[in-house]
Amino acid sequence: MRRNKTISSYLLVSPYLLHIFVFVLFPVGFSLYLSFHQWNIISPMEYVGLTNYEKVLQDQYFLKSLRNTLVFLAIHIPLQIGIALGLAVILNQKIWFRAFFRGAFFMPVVVSGVVVTILWQQLYGYEMGSINLFLMKLGFEKIGWLTDPQWAMPSIAIMATWKNVGLYIILFLVGLQSVPKSLYEASSLEGATRWQQFWHITLPVINPTMMMVMILSTIGGFSLFIEPYVMTGGGPLNSTLSAVLYIYKQGFFYYHMGYAATLGLLLALIILLVVFIQRMVIENKQP
Amino acid sequence: MKKFLFYILLGLAAFAFLYPFIWMVSASLSEERSITDVSLWPVALTFDHYIKLFENIPIAGSFVNSVFVATIVTFGVLVFSSMAGYALARHRFKGRNLLFYFLLFTMTLPFQLTLIPNYILMVQFGWTNSFAALIFPGLLNAFAILLFRQHFLSIPQDLIDAARIDGCNEWRILFQILWPVSVPTLITVGIITFMTTWNDVLWPIIVIREEHLMTMPQLVTLFAVGGRSMGQIGMKLASATLLALPIIIAYLIFQKHFIQSMAASGQKE
Repeated sequence: MRRNKTISSYLLVSPYLLHIFVFVLFPVGFSLYLSFHQWNIISPMEYVGLTNYEKVLQDQYFLKSLRNTLVFLAIHIPLQIGIALGLAVILNQKIWFRAFFRGAFFMPVVVSGVVVTILWQQLYGYEMGSINLFLMKLGFEKIGWLTDPQWAMPSIAIMATWKNVGLYIILFLVGLQSVPKSLYEASSLEGATRWQQFWHITLPVINPTMMMVMILSTIGGFSLFIEPYVMTGGGPLNSTLSAVLYIYKQGFFYYHMGYAATLGLLLALIILLVVFIQRMVIENKQP
Repeated sequence: MKKFLFYILLGLAAFAFLYPFIWMVSASLSEERSITDVSLWPVALTFDHYIKLFENIPIAGSFVNSVFVATIVTFGVLVFSSMAGYALARHRFKGRNLLFYFLLFTMTLPFQLTLIPNYILMVQFGWTNSFAALIFPGLLNAFAILLFRQHFLSIPQDLIDAARIDGCNEWRILFQILWPVSVPTLITVGIITFMTTWNDVLWPIIVIREEHLMTMPQLVTLFAVGGRSMGQIGMKLASATLLALPIIIAYLIFQKHFIQSMAASGQKE
């Protein structure tokens, strides 16, 4: 009986063990191995020592893609947190049609990024895009949303916010509803203003949500692919070249497998490091 | 007064989120040269873009491919992840804690790390240009296991003991006793898995090159990016509309489940 149960325990986890070995453990090890080699899949692998790593450090395109990611995050994270928190606070009141509003904000979250990208590519059009036509009606100048290197990455950041913010509204709502009502009542009696309540009661409680939004947005920023792939191809002047798009190009355009694996490895390390730092900073700030 | 301001804000926001979708559908139903005049309703109504789309690319076939792949992956994730989740929650065996910490660790690994080696693996297995490449890597995931484990921890031991006394083996306990009382978790994992598989596009682009094997997002992407759409905005928007439609219909029917599932998925950090 006992022994049977032990056997069945291992049988139950065996698909997971097999899967993790084949698709996670082995690839991680293999990617390390690849990073010391030069390989185009067809001809034999060639050992090159640390050459790939040396190349990454001087790779203008990779550094540019990291800088682009920073631009994206600098715009995306504040927008995302500001809009999501603002709308969540409003939705947390007694409001008519709450389910409708929540449902509307959530719509872009469920739809494929491909749909959103194709759609916004048209909205962002220079001559005939709806946004520029609207701006001109209001008497403003047209903006080269996707054609001006200054604007292209911010445009993608705005679109990504539109796509994801619904999810974060829901997460903030969950956080807001965990604030005990009695805290507000007690502080009202002591004469605290609404703003003071928000600052001293609400914000500390939703701090974990805030951290989660920040970390998920950061990971999202480092994972950008389909947006530049469809909208700009990484241009203009590489201003929207994302790290994943660059890895894709190195791997599947030039078949530099060793180099692409090295890029993936270092990018993963950078992501883990950035997320780790964010955690440290936010957790230290908490009282 | 303040409430009034809230409604105006909410109304504007809801408009900003819904309008682009309405515009997309209307524009896809308008004649190419009238698309710039579209504000809310189609101008010069036509189904031309859709007809040409079906003539030009195998979009119906890609829909079937997507349904096939997403269904099998979802089913696999439900079965295999609940198995592992059950063992981790309710069995005592050597290495269980180690396995659990390992699970938490692998969840933090960015996909960028394994993208290239996994592609090479597919080449070695001879799985490129086959559904195997789309299905097998997705059959299990750490997050689903974690959700099942958490849920199974909350089930009373009596239920499991009673089943064992009745002579149920572990498989019957899992699939006939525990599954029926785990419907919300099954729905959550099912929706998240189906949606992420349905919407995934980077991996299919890497491993599938033959048109008749492509999933819907991949086919639409390559259509919009490549020369096939001949710069026709109407056709691009028609392909995007068709791609969005199945998920939006599912979303409108199961809205509450979608929102709850995604909220649960955000909780993982």
